[in-house]
Amino acid sequence: MKNRQLSIAMVVTLLLAGCGGAKSDAGDNKPSAGSKGTVKLAINPWVGYEANADVLAYLLEHQLGYTVEKKNLKEEISWQGFETGEVDAIVENWGHDDLKKTYIEEKKVAVEAGPTGNTGVIGWYVPQWLADEHPDITDWNNLNKYADLFKTSESGGKGQLLDGDPSYVTNDEALVGNLKLNYKVVYSGSEAALIKAAQQATAQKKPLLFYFYEPQWLFAKEKYARVKLPAYSAGCDADPKKVACDYPDYKLDKIVSKKFADTGGAAYGLIKNFTWTNDDQNLVSDYLTNQGMSADQAAEKWVKEHESTWKPWIPAGS
Amino acid sequence: MTAVLTRPTSDVAEPESPRRRATGRTVSGILIVATVVAYLVFHTTAAADAPDAAAFRFLGDVRDWVDANRDTHPVFLYGVNYLRLGVRLLVDVVRAALAGLGLAGLVAIAGAIAFVLGGWRTALLAVAGLLGFGLLGLWPESVDTLALTLTAVLLSVLIGVPLGILAARVRWVGAALRPLLDVMQILPTFAYLAPMTLLFLIGSPAAVVATLIYAVPVTIRITELGIAGVAPSAVEAATALGSTRRQLLTKVRLPMARPTLVLAVNQTIMMALSMVVVTALIDAPGLGVNILRALERVNVGAAFDAGLAIVIMAIVLDRVTTAAARRRRRDWRIAVPVLAAAAVIAVLPIPDGLPRISFAKPVNDLTSWVELHWYDSTEGLKNTISTVLLNPLENLLVTTPWWLFTLAVLGFGLLVAGWRAALIAGAAAAGLSALGLYQHSMQTLATVLVATALTMLLGIAAGVLSARHDRLAAITRPVLDAAQTMPSFVYLLPAVALFGASRFTAIVAAVIYAVPPVVRLVERGIRDVPATVVEAALSAGSTPRQLLWKVQLPMARGGLLLAANQGIVMVLAMVVVGGLVGAGALGYDVVAGFSQREDFGRGLAAGLAIVLLGVLLDRLTQGFHRAKGPS
Repeated sequence: MKNRQLSIAMVVTLLLAGCGGAKSDAGDNKPSAGSKGTVKLAINPWVGYEANADVLAYLLEHQLGYTVEKKNLKEEISWQGFETGEVDAIVENWGHDDLKKTYIEEKKVAVEAGPTGNTGVIGWYVPQWLADEHPDITDWNNLNKYADLFKTSESGGKGQLLDGDPSYVTNDEALVGNLKLNYKVVYSGSEAALIKAAQQATAQKKPLLFYFYEPQWLFAKEKYARVKLPAYSAGCDADPKKVACDYPDYKLDKIVSKKFADTGGAAYGLIKNFTWTNDDQNLVSDYLTNQGMSADQAAEKWVKEHESTWKPWIPAGS
Repeated sequence: MTAVLTRPTSDVAEPESPRRRATGRTVSGILIVATVVAYLVFHTTAAADAPDAAAFRFLGDVRDWVDANRDTHPVFLYGVNYLRLGVRLLVDVVRAALAGLGLAGLVAIAGAIAFVLGGWRTALLAVAGLLGFGLLGLWPESVDTLALTLTAVLLSVLIGVPLGILAARVRWVGAALRPLLDVMQILPTFAYLAPMTLLFLIGSPAAVVATLIYAVPVTIRITELGIAGVAPSAVEAATALGSTRRQLLTKVRLPMARPTLVLAVNQTIMMALSMVVVTALIDAPGLGVNILRALERVNVGAAFDAGLAIVIMAIVLDRVTTAAARRRRRDWRIAVPVLAAAAVIAVLPIPDGLPRISFAKPVNDLTSWVELHWYDSTEGLKNTISTVLLNPLENLLVTTPWWLFTLAVLGFGLLVAGWRAALIAGAAAAGLSALGLYQHSMQTLATVLVATALTMLLGIAAGVLSARHDRLAAITRPVLDAAQTMPSFVYLLPAVALFGASRFTAIVAAVIYAVPPVVRLVERGIRDVPATVVEAALSAGSTPRQLLWKVQLPMARGGLLLAANQGIVMVLAMVVVGGLVGAGALGYDVVAGFSQREDFGRGLAAGLAIVLLGVLLDRLTQGFHRAKGPS
């Protein structure tokens, strides 16, 4: 029945919109979670993000009585979703100053909703045993010396730098070029593939140089050493083609659609208030990845055990 | 996907004189020597493609313009955006209808329809299949996928059937459509996702339009075949009896072409289903999302469940529509009560509760066992193929200057495919470098060639075996059926689990994807060798080996070449999807294009490059097949 009403409402919208032409967000007239409605969370493809989203979704559903729709989308596609009304909130955003400029300043379809409390680190890593064997390998200046170690069938005679999902935030191709490294960036396609490669590198003592990031549960299980790149200074990554410095520390934050911020009520309040530590996130990620729990189970377990952390997130009066 | 049916090729078999063949050999010899010499003199150092070729910047600007004008320009305000709203409305209505019926209702209705159209066997299959979605715990996802597929099929039929009739009846329409359909059919699914998001943003509408574009050529083609195939005598008889043109169409042509029209719907459904799954990449809901997630987590088991659901859906839809083509209508005295009973069930509030079964765990256990125990051999296989075949070929291609590549394509095209095909292929070759993606195109081409070679090797071996052993053929047929209904990217998963992220993974997936049709075509080609010829050879004292090499394979050449043509086009489609799992090159550019804003221009250009590469390969191999048809 609800669906039929929706369809009728959409026909009406179509007819009304007929006078002035249809804007790109026309037809999406569902109230953005105004009164205990549906909250559309983007799910970006890494487990740390899912930890944030799962806990938020659990609280939205069980504490505040909303319905949550999770949408598996890559980072930049999620931002497009603000414009079309497909997405209400991104709950772990890594920088993306260019997107902020486009969608927040220019198009005015999104707004920032505060930090998640997590600090994001992106860098190049090698297994700890490799760093123990060759202590100088963790300095980028020496990487060319070791390029042969990292050769694979995919790297065309150079060393391989294994990257993740093509949608991840990365300057690696520019870095390899600008630092004149004898390496080739190979994209594994996903976080899972990266982790699998890293675990194999540790278990079978195969050299591996890979792009990775924190917060990440894997660091609690196995040791990896970060390779030092030329130090980051403000603005050194302004031109993505000329980057020759390390990644900055990211203050991870939340972004919501303008409409959700205006009409989202308690749901918006909760997302805005949400803030936790890297350890919290790693704990939930570990539940999800290694304890075989579903999103709901993992979130439930964490929520049961950390009431003092999430109580303050619940907006007053709801 | 029995694409064989959908791509008619005119076989002009001209017997060649021995002398012509001899000069042909000399010319190709000279051509090969010239190419080798030119390569040795002019080969390059394979400088990487520039990161911002003019084409990328242009396409990036197009994107910016569209972005800026989406809500102001009349084309969008009064055209594209309405289209998007309309399609979205249609999808929502179809989905609401399907979901509104509930599990029990939909099962009952589907069972009843299947019974009326096909009989109790079909009905049983439909009921079991639909219950299967529930048992797998994939009911809502399956309904989403079904809704998107049905919407796209509905639109394809509404657009495709009239166009097909027109193409069959009006000569210039048919002639104008043919090259367009040719290109549309070799477009790999991957290539038009980015343009769709540009026009229709992300979500169901873009997915439906992409699926429509993918599926409609089949509708048009088969409809055209059906209408054109109506016996002229019947038309004449009707005309003699004083039928008007409209009567001719509605009373004679359409009814007589009915079986073919149903086949058109059937094939459209199969095409649409495989595309709908891929559109999960642009935020379409459904089973594709499960597969994409499984891919992201390298969770083969989860993908197995979702893949199974897709196969079940394909089989049910296929059987029901095929049954409809057979025209064994149920008596209305049985049909009406059955439908009524189903309607009653649909209205009853029956809860959706079903026990869950999942194959995820055993499949995952098996996968990790294989990963653990076969690691050295899978790694060894990957490294061997990469160093012995793939790397040298890739190196050869990327160090060939673009103009030499273009000339070589032109030259060999002239020799094997005639001047028209050669010109088209040559233009496509030149286009690759005009797009600024020559290097990536050559890398993709190398992967495609290696995968095609392996596909043909396996496909011919399996095809020959099944042609010679009837029992084997009977066993493999259903396996091939199931394999051909799987959407391309399901095959990435086992490949990723075994071989990690590499070009070889894409090759393995491509081989699995393309082998079934090749096996089919080869088997048919060999079985079509006239029995009298085989007998003659046997009575002349041929051994089975001689029979195969001297008689059957040479005589089945037409079938083999057609198989190569089909195989290469399918391999290309799969290799670019391999960009999702580390196969790099054009496929990666496309993926990056719709996941990184700054790469959008390059992604779109890569989509175009894939199209050009497809045209090039298709023209060369199809021309080959045509010019030197079965002799």
